[in-house]
Amino acid sequence: MQIRPILSALRRHRLAAMLIGLEIALACAVLCNACFLIANRVRDMHIQSGVDEASLASLTISGYEDRQSVDVNARVTAGLRAIPGVQSVSVLNSIPFGERRGSMGITTDAEGLHRGGVIEFYLGGPGSAEALGFHLVAGRALQAEDYQSFSGLMPSFAPVLVTRELAEHLWPGEDPLGKSIWSKPLHYQVVGVIDRLVVPAPALWGAGTGGWSAFLPAQPGPGLSGSYLIKAAPADIRRVLRDARETIAKVAPDAVLDLQGTQTIGDLRESFFQQDRTMTGILVAVIASLLLVTALGIVGLASFWVQQRRKQIGIRRAIGATRQDILSYFQTENFLIVSGGILVGMVLAFGLNLALMKFYELPRLPLYYLPMGAVSLWLLGQLAVLGPALRAAAVPPVVATRSV
Amino acid sequence: MFGYYLDLALRSLRRNKTLTALMVLAIALGIGASMTTLTVLHVLSGDPMPGRSATLFYPQLDPQDMDGYEPGKEPMQQVTWIDGMNLLHAKRGLHQALMTGGAVPVQPAQSGMDPFYADARYTSDDFFAMFQVPFLFGRGWSEADDNDKARVVVITRTLNDKLFAGKDSTGQTLRMGDSAFRVIGVLDSWRPNPHFYDMNMGNYVASEDVFLPLTTARELRFDHNGSMDCWGTGGGDEEHLETAPCVWLQFWVQLSSTGDAAAYKEYLLHYSQEQKAMGRFQRPPNVRLPALMEWLDINKVVPGDVRLQTWLAFGFLLVCLVNTVGLMLAKFLRRSGELGVRRALGASKREVFAQLLVESGVIGLAGGAGGLLLAFLGLWLVRKQPSDYAALAHLDMSMLLITFLLAVGSSLLAGLLPAWRACQITPALQLKSQ
Repeated sequence: MQIRPILSALRRHRLAAMLIGLEIALACAVLCNACFLIANRVRDMHIQSGVDEASLASLTISGYEDRQSVDVNARVTAGLRAIPGVQSVSVLNSIPFGERRGSMGITTDAEGLHRGGVIEFYLGGPGSAEALGFHLVAGRALQAEDYQSFSGLMPSFAPVLVTRELAEHLWPGEDPLGKSIWSKPLHYQVVGVIDRLVVPAPALWGAGTGGWSAFLPAQPGPGLSGSYLIKAAPADIRRVLRDARETIAKVAPDAVLDLQGTQTIGDLRESFFQQDRTMTGILVAVIASLLLVTALGIVGLASFWVQQRRKQIGIRRAIGATRQDILSYFQTENFLIVSGGILVGMVLAFGLNLALMKFYELPRLPLYYLPMGAVSLWLLGQLAVLGPALRAAAVPPVVATRSV
Repeated sequence: MFGYYLDLALRSLRRNKTLTALMVLAIALGIGASMTTLTVLHVLSGDPMPGRSATLFYPQLDPQDMDGYEPGKEPMQQVTWIDGMNLLHAKRGLHQALMTGGAVPVQPAQSGMDPFYADARYTSDDFFAMFQVPFLFGRGWSEADDNDKARVVVITRTLNDKLFAGKDSTGQTLRMGDSAFRVIGVLDSWRPNPHFYDMNMGNYVASEDVFLPLTTARELRFDHNGSMDCWGTGGGDEEHLETAPCVWLQFWVQLSSTGDAAAYKEYLLHYSQEQKAMGRFQRPPNVRLPALMEWLDINKVVPGDVRLQTWLAFGFLLVCLVNTVGLMLAKFLRRSGELGVRRALGASKREVFAQLLVESGVIGLAGGAGGLLLAFLGLWLVRKQPSDYAALAHLDMSMLLITFLLAVGSSLLAGLLPAWRACQITPALQLKSQ
């Protein structure tokens, strides 16, 4: 295929060619960045929680006096355990994808000088660690005597399990077992490391902090009541939760059921990421309409060119060009224009990414997005030009002998 | 002449329906997307207290100890009980109110209605006057009620409809958390957006259902919600919140004019120095006095997603416009022959240019109408979303006007280049090739 004649023909249509190129460039910039945004959101949404999500549900009540809490805990746990299909019921303050109730700033020394950031303490009663189903990778499992009763908001001294991510953050490269976490005057000692346990609101906590959790054993009481973890077989969990709502009305008529906090972990996760799902939908819609509009623009201009050049096409056909030659002429022309657009578009995409990094704390656009965007725009261009090019190829040689 | 150009434009647009439809569709899509996102942004970044916001201020103090001190850091976002009460009783502003959010268990008198939790605001008497809260029945409480820790309550119209079937309920008794309260006022519909006076509750939540004196709520140990920041020995113990080194209250002040802000800031500075001299404050005085709209900016109230969507939509509109420029160029150049004839018959370049611009204006109007329909559809979709600002997404008159200006303006802009290019043809050449 000869490129020179195509280029010299394009020189006579500079404005139109530049417009298509510009459109491709803008489309390339938006496409690469929008795809990257989608990939980020999708990655956020698929975060591993580290717990047995399918078989867990949370139930939250409130509205009773602090002094009643021991009694309420006893009545509620007994009532819930009586529901057929329930495997375990335990008391747990925070729930993954639910409300945060144990966020605290910590230090790694007693003087409070070495700050470790804000982490989430999952404060749980006996049975809750087993119900959550996280995996211990080092140290010892919690024993019955680790669950001590306490007064105030948090136990003042207790053994604690930390996630691998948190341990790596607090003591990089060191063995976390036996180390201490302080939040004056509270003091906890690490006895075990767990594989993974997500904070209740990951993705809102800033990059890389989604796994900064610790599990703190304690005996239910005034500081730990009203929030329950129910475990049942995945097939039963919804039915069990429905029954649980009715049970609460019977066993604790003095308490108010918090509907927002009474859901399966699956549903909590679903609503937690609702906003991200919407945004992903919008981004997909923007990409689709963008590609559609770009394709229609190419079809429109290519059709115009074909019509304008009918006579020249007829002459070329009359002096020996095959249909294939005419077809590939228009295809090559489109390829050249789109390539030019893509070159500019890559620079634009990079610039747009820099702006997004500045204003939305987005990571840098990985380079492989650029060739991917380029390939999809080349394909789009070829698809869009195919119709007009086929029409051009169908121009009979006899046109050359007619005047218009 | 304009009528004739319009006629020509309509004829020309009718001649090639596909191309016309493509251009109108491109503009409509671009305008629809931009207007939807722009409307959401407009609603979210609106002024919650029009006409008054410039005189409402949110004083910030820095009562922390030296632990973690960095010069120039933003002071705390809330105030302690002691500072809040001191500022409140100093009465340096036209109006001032100290407040926090909470939830109270409401025990309806009617049998058959289960007890439920209502969102509450515990505040001081000036709240209603300062924020111009409209009353349907009755009135707010007095300073004496604040001091006496009176069992009085103001409820919203929604709650009044629920509990008292919408009748004037002032003087009735409402049981909350095992105490009897006397209803002294019922609010008319009131929903400032954003929920500026306490952003811990969510930026665009509806206002609370129950309002009662802060002192009463503390005496009865009602649950309070929101954020609490403690330092030193403060553990956030519910029993000693009055003396604890913790910030958990919001304090708002209305000054009679913006000019008084400097004087009030001076007062805050003196107050901080005095507290430091007494040993209560340890850090060097660090005070700020943002006005309402500044406070919203500081808190980055408008969600980042919404801004991002707006940028995306305008990027999309740009692509649509470039596309329209290309299509119009094709369309105008295709009519070179016709334009050549008009030029040869005596039409000046200017007249041909005007004629072509009228044509692009018509496309813009049609695209604007289509875009408006799409924007209505888009906003309807936004309202289906579960986010707390979803219900607010409505198109108002000013946005309607902007839509049409944007549509016609942008299509005229898109028409400029093709029209100019089409004017450059040489009439003689075109006539010869016919």
